[in-house]
Amino acid sequence: MAELANPVHQPSSFLRRYIFSQDHKVIGIQYLITAMFMGIVGGLLAMLMRIQLAWPGQNMPLLSKLFPDGMAGGVMKPEFYLSLITMHGTIMIFFVVSLALVGGFGNFLIPLQIGARDMAFPFLNMLSFWTIVPGCLIMMGSFFVEGGAAASGWTAYPPLSAVRSAVPGSNWGQTWWIVGMALFIISFTMGGLNFVTTILDQRTKGMSMMRMPLVVWALFIASVIGLLTFPALLAAAILLLFDRHFGTSFYLPSGLYFGNHLLPNKGGTPLLWQHLFWFLGHPEVYVLILPALGITLDLLPVFTRKPVFGYRMTIYCLYAIAILSMIVWGHHMYVSGMSPYVGEFFAIGTLSITLPSTIIGVNMIASLWGGSLRFPAPMLFVIGVIVFFGTGGFGGLFLGNATSDIQLHDTYFVVGHFHLMIGGITLLAAFAAVYYWFPKMFGRMMSDRLAKLHFWLTFPTFYALFLVMHYQGLAGMPRRYYAFDKYEFLSGMVKSQVHISLVAFVLGAAQFIFLFNFFWSIFRGAKAEPNPWNAATLEWTTASPPPHGNWGEELPEVHRWPYDYSVPGAASDCTPQTVPPGIAPVAM
Amino acid sequence: MEITAAAQPANWDGGVSPFGIGWSKLMMWLFIVSDGLVFAGFLAIYGFIRLASPDWPDRSRMFHLDFIALMTFTLISSSATMATAVAAAREGNRKTVLRFLLLTVLGGCAFLGMQAYEWTGLIREGAGLGSNPWGAPLFGACFFVLTGFHGSHVLSGVIVLAMTAVRSRMGMARAEGVELAGLYWHFVDLVWVFIFTLFYLI
Repeated sequence: MAELANPVHQPSSFLRRYIFSQDHKVIGIQYLITAMFMGIVGGLLAMLMRIQLAWPGQNMPLLSKLFPDGMAGGVMKPEFYLSLITMHGTIMIFFVVSLALVGGFGNFLIPLQIGARDMAFPFLNMLSFWTIVPGCLIMMGSFFVEGGAAASGWTAYPPLSAVRSAVPGSNWGQTWWIVGMALFIISFTMGGLNFVTTILDQRTKGMSMMRMPLVVWALFIASVIGLLTFPALLAAAILLLFDRHFGTSFYLPSGLYFGNHLLPNKGGTPLLWQHLFWFLGHPEVYVLILPALGITLDLLPVFTRKPVFGYRMTIYCLYAIAILSMIVWGHHMYVSGMSPYVGEFFAIGTLSITLPSTIIGVNMIASLWGGSLRFPAPMLFVIGVIVFFGTGGFGGLFLGNATSDIQLHDTYFVVGHFHLMIGGITLLAAFAAVYYWFPKMFGRMMSDRLAKLHFWLTFPTFYALFLVMHYQGLAGMPRRYYAFDKYEFLSGMVKSQVHISLVAFVLGAAQFIFLFNFFWSIFRGAKAEPNPWNAATLEWTTASPPPHGNWGEELPEVHRWPYDYSVPGAASDCTPQTVPPGIAPVAM
Repeated sequence: MEITAAAQPANWDGGVSPFGIGWSKLMMWLFIVSDGLVFAGFLAIYGFIRLASPDWPDRSRMFHLDFIALMTFTLISSSATMATAVAAAREGNRKTVLRFLLLTVLGGCAFLGMQAYEWTGLIREGAGLGSNPWGAPLFGACFFVLTGFHGSHVLSGVIVLAMTAVRSRMGMARAEGVELAGLYWHFVDLVWVFIFTLFYLI
């Protein structure tokens, strides 16, 4: 790492420093703010959906001005509703959670926690961010092209996504969707290559792999999963583009009619897309959830003042989850006419993932045991993650099992389950991480009082929303339907729809407390101490915010693992990783 | 807590990778793995389609396999010239590097020319993305997507090699840069071996 002879030198122009910056900290914050912006967009789409579901056919003249096509005359069109569900899912999964957890905290934390001056390839890092920005713009812009945004669900199942005349959204909206996703994949690949290379090659002296904080481990494994599975989606998306624009029929079987018009395609099958999509789609949820678990495990020792429980076992479990995640994609396809024997294979694989997942969950709970707990806002969110992980994961047992999934497939049970898991867990962990690392990012503290208010308006509302959806699903309510008022067997669900919508509005409004807190604290927050949480990991040994190059002339030297809290014989209850063995005993 | 100091490996010195290679090369390898998986995806798709198709054209009748063998030979020979260039770059022999890089570029261009010739012939006979005169409708789509995607890789490889040659002529190419370009070129050649075997032969 001799190439940075003058580590404190940094570009002086505003443009190079804050906009086209190559500093991993600036890029991390850029990712985070982009994710927040996209989060507002994705959240507002959800609010529109909830208005429609609770009060179907309601006239809303105000919205007809914003979407003259989709809300013509103030009443939502079914096609527009389909665009809403598609874009809500796509934006939230790929452009909010991935950006915040992997792009944002991955960039910000990895070099700081392993003692590097920056990422291995700073320029590539900048390129990765500036590839995602047009991706976001294209995704949002697709609402305003002819026919509106893509309407085939975030899974983009053909033939809806492959035949341009299928629904209005299948026209240019779907093409823009594919281009936006391609930009996301390219950006993620550049980022992932950078992460893995940096973690393997740039660690400072003494920072062996088994001394890395668990959040770095989780990001490492998540990046590896992403690098191994995104290529499948890339290949699939290229073929989808060919099917749409160049007359191939990879995903289109023969004899397909659309509007009394026989399509000329023959020979393909939509199942091919489903396999390829879920080969990425299932590992993708682990790409999202592993960093969230890593953040949780990293924050727990700070607020319990004792080492994390089962460090090694957690790492082995991360590996196990990574491997298993790639052989279970079929559990999304139990109703696709799959052979029961193949279904059994996927069911057994899926249920085996509960083993490493449960071990990680138990490690989290055991990390609480016997600690001296304190409850600032980040800890509340961490506890929230543990609770969601336990209870939300329980629904996975029903969906992973082919027998019960055939009943629950494509019902609101699924919607409730994945919103608790990759909605709730990842968002709560992201909030915990923002509250916790904010002083490192900006040198100021966020308001703890507002943060706690944010927590108490977010955590219970998540349950009030998505637990109810589980019951709706058990009652047989299918997902992605435009309105439910015409079905007699669901007439008992009308009130619960209104309930869910009202709670959703509270949840959506509560997020503005967070946004206000974030931007207000950047300028007005109380000045933070160098190590406000008394944490032992490496990033707290440098200034806040850290200078360009992260450390002064000398890189830090690491002498112990990252969780030396309350070591017997040490001077304080927290021994940073840089303290040599002579001063405090080395536990690990 | 059951923590033992003895379980900890000897102190990590930092900055040295576990694979003993620098980060540029490590990243190139990771990129190759990732890119290789895109090809794996395409080959898996091709395998799936072929198994699902009731009839698959007899390749020995519709392709001129001796011509394809010549294409393969050209590409593999260009891998050999590339290896020579990399070895020369390590020894700092700029003249040899340049000569063999140009030979490799020539090999790549020859391959692309032969592929264009092969494509033209098939298109004249009526093959296309949506059509196939020999039966299975998806044969043409599979063929053009698979070989086209590989061809685009060869093309980008040729461009990278040409750039490396220019840099080496100007004395700007480092030995590692030549080696990285070489890694990519070998990868592109290796992928062709898979396509040749799985699409043309089997």
